[in-house]
Amino acid sequence: MKIRIKFTKYGMMRFIGHLDMMRYFQKAMRRAEIDIAYSEGFSPHQIMSFAAPLGVGITSEGEYLDIEVHSSKSSKEALKALNEVMVEGVEVLEYRELPEGTKNAMSSVAAADYLVTYKNTGADACKPVFTELSKALQKFYQEQSEVLITKQTKKGEKVMDLKPLIYELEAVDVKGETGFFMKVCTGSTDNVKPELVLLAFSDYCKATGACEFHFEPLKMQIHRIEVYVLDGAEFIPLGELGQDIE
Amino acid sequence: MIKPALSDEILLKIDKPARYLGNEVNMIRKNPGDVDVRFAMCFPDVYEIGMSHLGIQILYDMLNRREDTYCERVYSPWPDLHKIMKEQQIPLFTLETQSPVRDMDFLGITLQYEMSYTNILQILDLSGIPFHAAKRSEADPIVIGGGPCAYNPEPLADYFDLFYIGEGETRYEDLLNLYKEYKHQGKSRAEFLESAAKIPGMYVPSLYEVTYGEDGTIASFSPVKEGIPALVKKEIAMDLTDTPYPTKPLVPYIKATQDRVVLEIMRGCIRGCRFCQAGMIYRPTRERNLEQLKQWAYEMLKNTGHEEISLSSLSSSDYTQLKELVTFLIEEFKGKGINISLPSLRIDAFSLDVMSKVQDVRKSSLTFAPEAGSQRLRDVINKGLTEEVILEGAGQAFEGGWQKVKLYFMLGLPTETEEDMKEIPRLAEKIAERYYEIPKDERNGKCQITISASFFVPKPFTPFQWAPMCSRDEFLGRARVVNEEVKQQLNKKSLKYNWHEADVTVLEGVFARGDRRVGRVLEQAYKNGCIFDAWTEFFDNEKWISAFEETGISMDFYNTRERSVDELLPWDFIDCGVSKEFLKREWEKAQKGMVTQNCRMQCSGCGAMQFEGGVCFENQN
Repeated sequence: MKIRIKFTKYGMMRFIGHLDMMRYFQKAMRRAEIDIAYSEGFSPHQIMSFAAPLGVGITSEGEYLDIEVHSSKSSKEALKALNEVMVEGVEVLEYRELPEGTKNAMSSVAAADYLVTYKNTGADACKPVFTELSKALQKFYQEQSEVLITKQTKKGEKVMDLKPLIYELEAVDVKGETGFFMKVCTGSTDNVKPELVLLAFSDYCKATGACEFHFEPLKMQIHRIEVYVLDGAEFIPLGELGQDIE
Repeated sequence: MIKPALSDEILLKIDKPARYLGNEVNMIRKNPGDVDVRFAMCFPDVYEIGMSHLGIQILYDMLNRREDTYCERVYSPWPDLHKIMKEQQIPLFTLETQSPVRDMDFLGITLQYEMSYTNILQILDLSGIPFHAAKRSEADPIVIGGGPCAYNPEPLADYFDLFYIGEGETRYEDLLNLYKEYKHQGKSRAEFLESAAKIPGMYVPSLYEVTYGEDGTIASFSPVKEGIPALVKKEIAMDLTDTPYPTKPLVPYIKATQDRVVLEIMRGCIRGCRFCQAGMIYRPTRERNLEQLKQWAYEMLKNTGHEEISLSSLSSSDYTQLKELVTFLIEEFKGKGINISLPSLRIDAFSLDVMSKVQDVRKSSLTFAPEAGSQRLRDVINKGLTEEVILEGAGQAFEGGWQKVKLYFMLGLPTETEEDMKEIPRLAEKIAERYYEIPKDERNGKCQITISASFFVPKPFTPFQWAPMCSRDEFLGRARVVNEEVKQQLNKKSLKYNWHEADVTVLEGVFARGDRRVGRVLEQAYKNGCIFDAWTEFFDNEKWISAFEETGISMDFYNTRERSVDELLPWDFIDCGVSKEFLKREWEKAQKGMVTQNCRMQCSGCGAMQFEGGVCFENQN
């Protein structure tokens, strides 16, 4: 049977790259004695796939991976077993059985939510105020008919419109600190990184003077909140496709 | 959660930030405020290498079993971070608590290979600890060295407060207890070191004085104070069943060189190869208990989640219960997706059968280490491997489906002639010919025989410790002889010869047999910018050459000079258990091409029997 696992990644773990996270989970499955299935062949490997790779430096409370198991404990027991072998910075939140025929995590991802805030380094003199940022984002995202960016590709430069790939974009107030919330297209075909949106907005601000915003990647913390599949016209979290095992 | 010592900006800029963050599975967490002794354990090379070292894992586990001690880890920052730390004056920190190394009570550095020595200076430099032990204050950690290179600690004598000669299991208890006592009584560093020097196995270089004769050799070597032992005897754990073993080893996030469970089955080696330092200093051979190893295998696989288990020893085939152990591992774990790795096995029917079960025959290669091309020279070095045995093993392997063979040799061994060199490719040719004896329709294309020849470095505490070493040009000349002879072989297309540079070897020679005076070169080389010398991409011979010129140290004095057996050697104050008389006898027998039997066949009276255990007392009550 297929199991979908949801986990968080924060603290020092944000510096652990995607491939190393895969290795980490392979070993964690063994430590937790999950009855995971292996591929055939001389050097068998665990049947495991991750939803959407998370860039180094980004934290998340909504990461997903699918595994194939021969048998399973209850969700409650499996969560306990997995969390007992996790390190600080990774917590397993869900362990759910997927119905037969569910597309795997990787190929079904459609969107993701991100929260982008300023790191508290103290020296940030130019944090925009909430109302100002809110207005500027309105102009940038709602009032522009297109959000054109220039992307570097192997064949050279390519101009593309980001607007249809941004599903939501607004200013948020997190405990008195101004930040960004966005829901963007995610997946193997049109993957929008939050950095790209912020860069486009930064350029817009510079050109129009709409807001005192200049994107400095190292000064901001990107945090993924959730990853979605498209179900009809509705985005639903990846984990909701599964059911807890009693 | 502990805040990283490095800023996000740095961590996102450097290669593999996981090298510097700790937080690995099975990392020990303690509150530094709750312990009496803080110990930073350092492997002076990059994280992936250091994390693969069993000795450090053993000591980390052992020291942390003490409630009053917190052992943390430190590795060499890679050159990208090194540069940033120098520019921004960021002090070197431990992985566990990300605290400055300088705040520790001890900085323990393992001495595994000579080419890591400049990295030791890098560690001291970045930590803000004075290079010279004599210049350290009460606030600096006690810098202690150990490991195989500690058997000639003299080139590093100025930079260490203390050396631990032998295996860590026996005397750290005494040392740390003593330290605690001195710390609580508010006594000085010098007072502590003087007491520590009286613990067996401990060598405090500042308490010994060396004088030199007119010819540059050592005239005298003696303690400067009464009560300090003139001879430091190695420490060794005789009962390996009761010694602690890390059944919950650390599991790194990034792929370490050794990304597997390591079961140490045995210490020491019965073989007595005359070039091999490990074969002498770890005597007598001591085996671990089979049932305990089985138990540890379960526990360690469960605690780490590793997909592979490997055996570790100097010569696994000599472990008396190897068959039982290997059969157990295969039966128990093979079906559970665990790979079994069996290094250092002698090629015979048993090992071929086992290997065909645990590896893909077509992809894997078979390794032989004849070390010398001719039987004459193999007798000189006491390598008991004969051509007949090699051809027999290779033949069986070829019939079992193997096609790749790796051969390891050394060039520059004592008494080596041009004929001996030429025998290297000829042996490879005979192996290739053995392959082509298999009918064409039964074999799978060509075979591939890889010849790898390193250059011989005489090491302390071996029968070859007196032997002159070749110069760089002499080494390269010998390699050329081999290369030319490879071209003369009938099956030359199936042979591959791997060349090496000789510059590094020459430096290894100086530091392997050097005395206190060569320490100066290290400091100069570091100032010239040498670090990570074991890495070809960073090794810079020019900087080393100028360091020798700037300090006026002659390489030839240490390398190419023939030492008389009466000469006082820099490491003579250490008693490694094997007597100098035995080494002399072996040196004489070597020159006559006479072999010495291995420890199980016949005791050769090396002296290791004084430890009252191990192979010396096998089959006796």
